[in-house]
Amino acid sequence: MIQEKVAETPAASDEAPMLLSLRNVGKVFSNGVTALSKVDLAIREGDFLSLLGPSGCGKSTALRLIAGLSTPTSGQLDWRGSIDRSNIGFVFQEPTLLPWANVFDNVWLPLRLKGVSRAKAAPTVMEMLSRVHLTGFENAVPRELSGGMKMRVSIARAMVTKPRILLMDEPFAALDEITRFKLNNDLLELWQDERFTVVFVTHSVFESVFLSSRVVVMAARPGRVFGELAISAPYPRDEVFRTSPGYAALCRQASDVLVDAINSTAGSHHDGR
Amino acid sequence: MTVVDDTALKLDPEEARRARQERLERIGKWVLPLAIMVLAIVLWDRICVWNEIPQYILPRPGVVLQTLHNDAGLLFSSLLVTLRITFLSLLLAVIGGVGLAVLFAQSKWVEMSFFPFAIVLQVTPIVAIFPLINIYVNNQTVKLLLCAWIVAFFPILSNTTLGLNSVDRNLRDLFKLNGATRWQQLRYLRLPAAMPYFLGGLKIAGGLSLIGAVVAEFVAGAQGQSSGLASRIIEAGYRLNAPRLFAALILISLTGILIFLVLSLVSHLILRRWHESALKQEH
Repeated sequence: MIQEKVAETPAASDEAPMLLSLRNVGKVFSNGVTALSKVDLAIREGDFLSLLGPSGCGKSTALRLIAGLSTPTSGQLDWRGSIDRSNIGFVFQEPTLLPWANVFDNVWLPLRLKGVSRAKAAPTVMEMLSRVHLTGFENAVPRELSGGMKMRVSIARAMVTKPRILLMDEPFAALDEITRFKLNNDLLELWQDERFTVVFVTHSVFESVFLSSRVVVMAARPGRVFGELAISAPYPRDEVFRTSPGYAALCRQASDVLVDAINSTAGSHHDGR
Repeated sequence: MTVVDDTALKLDPEEARRARQERLERIGKWVLPLAIMVLAIVLWDRICVWNEIPQYILPRPGVVLQTLHNDAGLLFSSLLVTLRITFLSLLLAVIGGVGLAVLFAQSKWVEMSFFPFAIVLQVTPIVAIFPLINIYVNNQTVKLLLCAWIVAFFPILSNTTLGLNSVDRNLRDLFKLNGATRWQQLRYLRLPAAMPYFLGGLKIAGGLSLIGAVVAEFVAGAQGQSSGLASRIIEAGYRLNAPRLFAALILISLTGILIFLVLSLVSHLILRRWHESALKQEH
């Protein structure tokens, strides 16, 4: 187990109140596969935490457990205070929009399901759309939008209920690099303004280091937490940070931990699954 | 520079050929079938004349048209009877098909238990079932309706069931995350997702309900109680009134085409903004 602490994290210091802790959490699927084993993870209010790891390390499973879409086989999740589903926002790997509904209706959906009328939801929906730079696209349907814009709608939809924690499952993996960088920047901006907690699943070292205050590296077979890195670089982070030597050094560190994590898996010479 | 503008407008021979081809295809799509249709009718007329075929065997197209005009009152009132059965049975097929599909979608167990019954109803030829219906049901309209319904409801049921079950897994999770009730999930997710499938089934059912109505009338027509287009055809056949037979046949045919066109239009209008099937192909 590697514990590296580069410096104090300004974003979420140890004093920040605990939001959620996973204690000794395990998940075994009905087909006998152990997706997660003995995961301990403490998530603090305001963290931007990335789960970084190879495929099959259970990072998506962990996210689904946190979201309540799946229940742990062993161990427990302790939320500080009461948390219900409306406190959780989820962004999937694909935009996952309703193809027949326009942008407004897609973002309205979580509120609509809670019984908020169109007129009542309108100010919130429009504000969210402007936050993700989609003002003027309310009436477009998903197929008329680019991949990056669809993802923005998806983020707006996840944020429209003002969740305390935003769970993101490799949201930008399918986008081209230019779009991904842009969305990275915009996501950070949103996060700094609203100060919610993010758990971000990715298999990109560069993305996790750029975005996060904490990078948790996971290993596969069985899925487990392998190590953690605090990314102390101050926010706001921008293109200057992305090209700085400090960023490169942090990426190298994270990459080293990831390589160790991959090598720690027995018979790791073949990749994937 | 103007020179640059000129060359930008000029297509290379390959592109020019393609553009020409596309233009031709656009025109040909309409002109060709029309021309062939006209040609066939002219040929039909010539064959009658050349071979001196008597009217009661094969009437000339002009005579059929004349009959359509002369017998308009009789034929169109019969058409109304057939149309009434067709639309009522289509309506019932939609209600029954969608209703059952929604019921099936509530639980895999319900679907597994009852789907075989729907298949049995579908694969047994309606003509063979009709004598039974004839015994159990007295009312003529109900008889015909039941018959046409049995023929028409299956494509709606099976397509809608398929649609309700083919919702994206992540979207289902999204609804679950937002605490959607069963009803909300049906209303806002599964029914809209099933729409393209339902409309596909509806297009098939539209034609089938007309076929069902005509077949039912044919079988029931032996008793001479009904007065739809099918019974006009039988009657005309008995009397060797071939022109009227043809006229009735043309009316049924046109009705079928009209139903298909209307349902295709409805489908296109509903799906045009979002579904792949309704989108224009882009080059």
